[in-house]
Amino acid sequence: MAAERTDKWQGGILGWIDDRFPLSSMWNEHLAKYYAPKNFNFWYYFGSLALMVLVIQIVSGIFLTMNYKPDAERAFASVEYIMRDVDWGWLIRYIHSTGASAFFIVVYLHMFRGLLYGSYQKPRELIWLFGIGIFLCLMGEAFFGYLLPWGQMSFWGAQVIVNLFAAIPIIGEDLSVWIRGDYVIADATLNRFFAFHVVAVPLVLIGLIAAHILALHEVGSNNPDGVEIKKNKDANGIPKDGIPFHPYYTVKDIVGVVVFLIFFSIVVFFIPDGGGFFLESPNFEPADPLKTPPHIAPVWYFTPFYAILRAVPSFAGTQVWGVIAMGVAVVVLFFLPWLDRSPVKSIRYRGPIYKAALALFVVDFLVLGYLGTQPVSAGKTFMAQIGTIYYMAFFFLMPIYTKMDACKPVPERVTSK
Amino acid sequence: MRKIILSFLLVLLPGITLASTEGAHLDRADVDLHNQQSLQRGAKLFVNYCLSCHSAQHQRYSRMGRDLGLTDQQVIDNLMFASDKVGNQMTIAMNRKDAKAWFGAPPPDLTLVARVRGADWLYTYLRTFYADETRPFGVNNVVFPSVGMPNVLWELQGVQKPVYKTVEHEGESKDVLDHLELAEPGKLTPTEYDQAVRDLVNFLVYMGEPVQLERKALGVKVILFLLVFFVVAYLLKKEYWKDVH
Repeated sequence: MAAERTDKWQGGILGWIDDRFPLSSMWNEHLAKYYAPKNFNFWYYFGSLALMVLVIQIVSGIFLTMNYKPDAERAFASVEYIMRDVDWGWLIRYIHSTGASAFFIVVYLHMFRGLLYGSYQKPRELIWLFGIGIFLCLMGEAFFGYLLPWGQMSFWGAQVIVNLFAAIPIIGEDLSVWIRGDYVIADATLNRFFAFHVVAVPLVLIGLIAAHILALHEVGSNNPDGVEIKKNKDANGIPKDGIPFHPYYTVKDIVGVVVFLIFFSIVVFFIPDGGGFFLESPNFEPADPLKTPPHIAPVWYFTPFYAILRAVPSFAGTQVWGVIAMGVAVVVLFFLPWLDRSPVKSIRYRGPIYKAALALFVVDFLVLGYLGTQPVSAGKTFMAQIGTIYYMAFFFLMPIYTKMDACKPVPERVTSK
Repeated sequence: MRKIILSFLLVLLPGITLASTEGAHLDRADVDLHNQQSLQRGAKLFVNYCLSCHSAQHQRYSRMGRDLGLTDQQVIDNLMFASDKVGNQMTIAMNRKDAKAWFGAPPPDLTLVARVRGADWLYTYLRTFYADETRPFGVNNVVFPSVGMPNVLWELQGVQKPVYKTVEHEGESKDVLDHLELAEPGKLTPTEYDQAVRDLVNFLVYMGEPVQLERKALGVKVILFLLVFFVVAYLLKKEYWKDVH
């Protein structure tokens, strides 16, 4: 009890609350006395940014829901109603559509940070697992949400993705009908996707984010040096290289938030369709089941995985191999903490092999992303096949090459810059 | 059903390229949304020539009037032929079933056509109809081959005839369309006609997103605010971090 009391406020409203709810101790545990390494760099902005984009999406989403009609007959018109007749509806809609792409940009950079500094390594495996869970939810959220405007790309994109399930042998066809609730993407599909988009997936997402942050605060943050700051504590038990998250990182993250919002606003106000990548032009045409658009491409954040899907040829009379490859490309991320056998965390002290492998992986991911937006041609399919092989090799050969890499000695304390 | 699903899968997985029609050269529309005169002329062309077969069902007359600098009364007197209330959306009386029988497919709603096709495509499309006896309405189009729409602006533009040239392609000589020639002049000279189409496309671009000028104006203010906020936030961070070494 004695230790507990120090975290409690005496008297006043706060004291009254603290006697009934652990407000001060939660504040201290997660902000004021959560000691984060003092050497966070540029890459460490994207966690808090992801959280902010989540809030942007939830708030703008609530307002969209007030005017959107999840009905195949009325969905498209209700989006235009929001764009034209609802006060500030256009702004809310563009914020939400830009927020979807921004979420993926921020999360991809956040995940890349993990790869740079080995943030998934022991003892942070669970943080990473929750994180990949969040990434999967985000993909689901984006996929379900993209159907809602009920444009041509919404319809045909959903048609393509749901048909992936039809490629599964034996149960595939029934499974895809079960997912759609109809033989084609139809009103029933729209209604259930709406339910998933606004209720089911966000609930899971928020739960996973809470778990992600709780796990992080349990073990403490990694840092660009990959040094455990808890190993060096002062007389008061405070890590020597740690600084309280609040106020130091709250004020620092505000700067990151403002810079992010400047870029975000440039898109929202000046190029809301993101050059055709954030809002695709065929999606300004209402869904028409009888008219296939000339070129169906998923939104940019799915294209690396889409390129992998298309790269794998059909074999033994079934297309399922591409679907499997795409599934593996995502699921393999869960195993990363155990695939990496390197004794060091940070790229700063890793050997040349991992540095080269990671650099090439970034290029590979971008190239696959580009190829996924393009119509197929023999040359591009070949490139996508090479890209797919490298993507798989990066992960599946990781136990070998991270072990043989010549690492540098890791310092005792964090370095500045 | 299995066959349908499988064929969807097989067709869609590799993506599909549109056969050769997208390659046509597009002329630049150079529209100017700040030019209200042009928008008003475009609106007039739109309600006179387009709004009997095509609807603009997401656009309201009153909103159009307000954005184009017209009073409700001016809209009612000059631009409203298909509706009786100025707050109404720009719908048409044509039945979709009839439309399908007459044109092969119901003429699409045009509210968002500029966002689907782009201004340059529309500008080129509306200027490249040419006489073609093999087509039901006697015309074809350079950027939209075998289009189901007649050249509704022919009395303004006149009639264009195609001029072919012979090219050698892989040892075979083939006739391809080289350019269009005005065979029968219309009420407008070619320069006047180009300007009329530019006005019409300008209006279509406006209609695709009526708020776009307001959006950009607001964007400038928002970003200026954020830049000031950045300076404050940065100084605050610097102040707090003074004692971190």
